[in-house]
Amino acid sequence: MKAKIILKVATKSIMKSRMRSLLTALGIIIGVAAVIVMVAIGDGAQKKVEEQIASLGSNLIIITPGASNSGGVNRGSGTFNRFTFEDIDKIKNEATLIKGVSPIVGSGGQVIGGVGNWFTRIQGVSPDYLDIRQWPLESGEFFTERDEMARAKVCVLGSEIVKNLFPNDDPVGQQVRIRSVPFKVIGVLKEKGQSAVGTSQDDIILAPSKTVGDRLSGDHLHLNSIQVSALSNSKIPATIAELKSIMRESHKLNPGEEDDFTIRDQSDLSEAATETSRILTILLASVAGVSLVVGGIGIMNIMLVSVTERTREIGIRLSVGARASDILVQFLTEATVLSLTGGLIGVAFSFLMVYVLNHYTDQTAYIKPQIIMIAFGFAGAIGIFFGFYPARKASLLNPIDALRYE
Amino acid sequence: MGQVEEDFNKEDINLENILIKTVDLTKTYIVGEIEVHALKSVNISIEKGEFVAIMGASGSGKSTLMNLLGCLDMPSSGDYFLDGIHTSKLPQNEYAHIRNQKIGFVFQGFNLLSRTTALENVELPLMYDRLEKVKNHRKQAEEALRKVGLGDRMHHIPSQLSGGQQQRVALARALVNEPALILADEPTGNLDSVTSVEVFNLFQKLNDEGITIVMVTHERDFAAFAKRIIEMRDGRVIRDAPIKDRLNAEEELKRAVAEAEIAE
Repeated sequence: MKAKIILKVATKSIMKSRMRSLLTALGIIIGVAAVIVMVAIGDGAQKKVEEQIASLGSNLIIITPGASNSGGVNRGSGTFNRFTFEDIDKIKNEATLIKGVSPIVGSGGQVIGGVGNWFTRIQGVSPDYLDIRQWPLESGEFFTERDEMARAKVCVLGSEIVKNLFPNDDPVGQQVRIRSVPFKVIGVLKEKGQSAVGTSQDDIILAPSKTVGDRLSGDHLHLNSIQVSALSNSKIPATIAELKSIMRESHKLNPGEEDDFTIRDQSDLSEAATETSRILTILLASVAGVSLVVGGIGIMNIMLVSVTERTREIGIRLSVGARASDILVQFLTEATVLSLTGGLIGVAFSFLMVYVLNHYTDQTAYIKPQIIMIAFGFAGAIGIFFGFYPARKASLLNPIDALRYE
Repeated sequence: MGQVEEDFNKEDINLENILIKTVDLTKTYIVGEIEVHALKSVNISIEKGEFVAIMGASGSGKSTLMNLLGCLDMPSSGDYFLDGIHTSKLPQNEYAHIRNQKIGFVFQGFNLLSRTTALENVELPLMYDRLEKVKNHRKQAEEALRKVGLGDRMHHIPSQLSGGQQQRVALARALVNEPALILADEPTGNLDSVTSVEVFNLFQKLNDEGITIVMVTHERDFAAFAKRIIEMRDGRVIRDAPIKDRLNAEEELKRAVAEAEIAE
């Protein structure tokens, strides 16, 4: 028989008892919707956690000068600084997995301006820095590549500096003197609060790294550290590997020679968080999966009743020339169509529920396209699996007995 | 086939015209530890164009014979040739194909699919035709329904039709695949006498057109519509004879209608 006819016969049988079919499919509808919504909630939670970690700088990779080991004497971390702007250029040119890179050239100093003076940290960075640290501006703007090239004497103030030096007026456009060098304030950073170790992250002034290197730190060749943001959280290990080989090449290290730098990321933190939400997702999905299986049992139950009820129909079909395999395929198709239709309605239903969740509660749910395919495919597989036994039972009927069945 | 020809020659039967030939057809059921001999070495042959009534009390083996002739069941031993095919040697799966191609069934209880229109019921055998002889199922089914006089009831479902009409739908379904044989099992058992005669009228007309009909009945009155009668008892054929005073259903129908008018 042609597939088209088989489908037609199956659909017709389903439509003949609409209410029962709907109730049968309900198990699958709820199961599929539950799986998708639960996984969506889990994924939403995971996404939220990832976003929070990312805002802390989870994509952040820090390269610091490593311990140099000369003649068996380990002189500790940072004792041998060979980081230069050339490293930055090389990373910029060769790294494929990074979003941004910034040198960190640090210096402390007295700042004079506004209503008084203040001792703070002056950090030379690249225009990528704000993006790397996920740090938005409160007002004004950040310096550009051109400012960097021109060693422009511009700076951006942390909110702590503004509080102390410009409590009443807008600092943007005004001048401050950092270690007696006049800088123009072009922007103000949003308040970031305390860091993990309790120091204020807002007590800072950012300026172009080359400006800081040339005019303030005296050492215009070397960098304190390099900060990089990876393209995505999941690619951090690959990014680290890439950075490592670039840095080794840049520093002309022979194979077997130890790294003269250390690369760190926030993976411990994000791993723990991701793992937690992943377990949550699996837990939710399994509970929902159970309901899908229960839905499948519902289909089997109804199909068994249906086979018994339609024994005479089976007899009629056999008498006019249907083979056992035709009967098997017919009932199997019916079960599959039932479960796939249920799956389809379930998918639609899950979208509705996720919409409601996202718009009327503070829960965020996020439907991944592949989970739809998985849930839908699972529904189909359940239809075939639980439809097989009743269908086989139907196909094994003897035509004479089936015709006589009352 | 050599063996068959030999047999046929022995009995001096024209091979060309033989539709059904059974040789020592035997069916034994095993119920628990008891063997029930439903059929004991039945030898019959039916030519094309015959109208045969198989008669007998319940338990005589007539239904078993019907099931074997209809390829609904396999014999325990013996041979059954249908339209030149040695069916007893075929695998079970081929039986479905033979039922589809060679046989049209008419049952006592009509056995129509409920909640399914007359037209769709009649289309059913075409659906299972692996050879796809008929391209336009609908047209073929409509033709069969017109043939049984139900051209105006095609889209009715069985519950909207009278018993006689339902049996005519069943007959149209039996005819739609142009089978070699129509097997009717108590075709009028559920019908009143006038409607029964109407159905036999249809049977006789189809038989006149050359369709072979084998019918099981236990009412002698109705058997008289056939051309030949085979009587069975205890799994054996006890009588096989042509019918002398054959009833003409059309005349009977006219008489019945006249009687009904007088009664009113």
